[in-house]
Amino acid sequence: MGTLDGGQAARLLSVMWSIRLFEERVGQLTRAGEVDGLIHLSIGQEGVAAGVCAQLRDDDHVYSGHRAHGHALAKGASPERVMAELMGRDTGLCRGLGGSMHLVDAEHGFMGATGVVGGNVPLALGSALASRLGGSDAVAVVFFGDGAVQAGHFVETVNLAALWALPLVLVCENNGYAEFTPRSAHTVVERVSDVVAPYGIERATVDGNDVSEVWEAFARFLAAARAGGGPFLLECLTHRVRGHYEGDPGRYREALAEAEWREKDPILRLERQGRAAGWFDEEALGGIAAAAADGVESAVRFARESPFPPAELTGQMVYADG
Amino acid sequence: MRMAETTTIGAINFALAEAMRGDERVIVLGEDVAEGGPFTATAGLAEEFGVSRVINTPISEAAITGVAIGAAQAGLRPVLEIMYVDFLTLALDQLANAAAKAHFMSGGQLTVPLVVRTQGGAGHRGAAQHSQSLESWLTHVPGLKVVMPSRAVDAAGLLASAIADPNPVVFVECKTLYFRKEQVPDELPAVPIGEAAVLREGRDVTIVALSRLVHDALGAAERLAAEDGIEAEVIDPRTLVPLDLETIVASVERTTRLVVAHEAVTHGGAGAEVAALVQEAAFDHLDAPVARVGAPFAPVPFSAQLEDSYLPGVDEIVAAVRGLR
Repeated sequence: MGTLDGGQAARLLSVMWSIRLFEERVGQLTRAGEVDGLIHLSIGQEGVAAGVCAQLRDDDHVYSGHRAHGHALAKGASPERVMAELMGRDTGLCRGLGGSMHLVDAEHGFMGATGVVGGNVPLALGSALASRLGGSDAVAVVFFGDGAVQAGHFVETVNLAALWALPLVLVCENNGYAEFTPRSAHTVVERVSDVVAPYGIERATVDGNDVSEVWEAFARFLAAARAGGGPFLLECLTHRVRGHYEGDPGRYREALAEAEWREKDPILRLERQGRAAGWFDEEALGGIAAAAADGVESAVRFARESPFPPAELTGQMVYADG
Repeated sequence: MRMAETTTIGAINFALAEAMRGDERVIVLGEDVAEGGPFTATAGLAEEFGVSRVINTPISEAAITGVAIGAAQAGLRPVLEIMYVDFLTLALDQLANAAAKAHFMSGGQLTVPLVVRTQGGAGHRGAAQHSQSLESWLTHVPGLKVVMPSRAVDAAGLLASAIADPNPVVFVECKTLYFRKEQVPDELPAVPIGEAAVLREGRDVTIVALSRLVHDALGAAERLAAEDGIEAEVIDPRTLVPLDLETIVASVERTTRLVVAHEAVTHGGAGAEVAALVQEAAFDHLDAPVARVGAPFAPVPFSAQLEDSYLPGVDEIVAAVRGLR
């Protein structure tokens, strides 16, 4: 933990490439009609998912929002089963009952995404409460966007988390836009870390497109939470390359120039950092990207070959037996 | 059988303590619960089990409901108290969008063994925001179970079943029944979720009543027997979801007449669903249209005289039965 080393950097790069290529492929498959539904891609924000989730154990519960593919993959979900879920197949993580906004991989501690902005923030605090009462050092993490911060359940949960001092790390991906609207049109508080300041929560704002910054700040909070501290808030300033959803006309903002994006891109940045530090050469970098690409194509094949769920599944899954 | 006097609130308090003794995963949380709450449902629990398991919360219904759901998904068995059903409105997003759907949307990976205890009902001059009966909102959401006890003898067993259930259960109590004295067996019976109770047998008409109206239905049945020679069968479904339709239909097939009674607004109430289900299942047995007894389509008024005339009770049930042709 602490500062990044070459091995960790290679792993993070691999996770980020897997997310990037997975998301790009999902975008294509959405346009081709192979993936249905409301799809929110996290291209550009991979550094946050990777920098946080790569440090977690399976018993650390992670919750997410509607832009959740990257978080699920970074937490260990199989790309095959995520892709199958997006294609509505029986082999999907949720057997085709959840879809993009409701991914769950309980085995890896990915406890759920939600279509209700900010809705999972209190659920993550429930995980932290269970961890504390059970005498475990497991830590709960919840990802949310800057748009969630203006919702009542967010502030209610921050108050409770601070009051109960539970091992929760709130990770905000502040991409500057809540759906189509810039943060400045939704609130007068520019920094999310300032929203929680009165509660005395230890907090940090980092460049979310610099995965080593994310890693280091999160490592500090995670270690403190494991040792009984909390809650913490990590605000990651980042950039959403795609629209709010696939098909978003995107008229509300100007696209970044290619050169500017190459400066910001968390993958290219880690590659530059790694070359400078002597962590990887061109061959290693090519190998990481190629392996990620193979993984995505294998996921697409798996999903395409998988059956759709049986019609009776809908009626069977409303209640748990017992 | 040895009998003892208790109240519904006493039975609930007893069931909570028993569940907490038997399973350390059971926790209680809500506003003022460590102080026993305004109705004493949780009295003594903090003293016995400590404030780490009997957790006072701020007045943040959305967040505390979400916390309870998350804790349930993480393996605890929370019993959350929402002090008035009127404030369940603030928790409905979490109940309807998260708790009710988690098992389904996760393809069975998650379960939410959560009990939300709340209470409704009018008759205490509490005015329109502390008196509602909102159970039909809950019955419309697949994934929730909805329990509505009317008697102390059922309340403990139903609450124990709700706590043991792997699904989210909303347990809707009635404030005006809390302190009603009742003789119950020393050993309170187990009561499964989804089983109606036939509280009075009769050959002429079936009255399906909920919560407080169960007692009014029993009163109405006595008056009908004395004044009209009509023998009414009174059924308390005890659980709205799942509903024990079999018991209700079997009764209607014998009596050929049905009155459904609850304190909630008649329009869109749980009684409408019972009426529809019975006519689907037993239309050929019915000798009269199903009659419904409930509140008018208006908020609960404050003024004592207005509230008393607003509330359905024995008179309305008797009139409904007499009106059946």
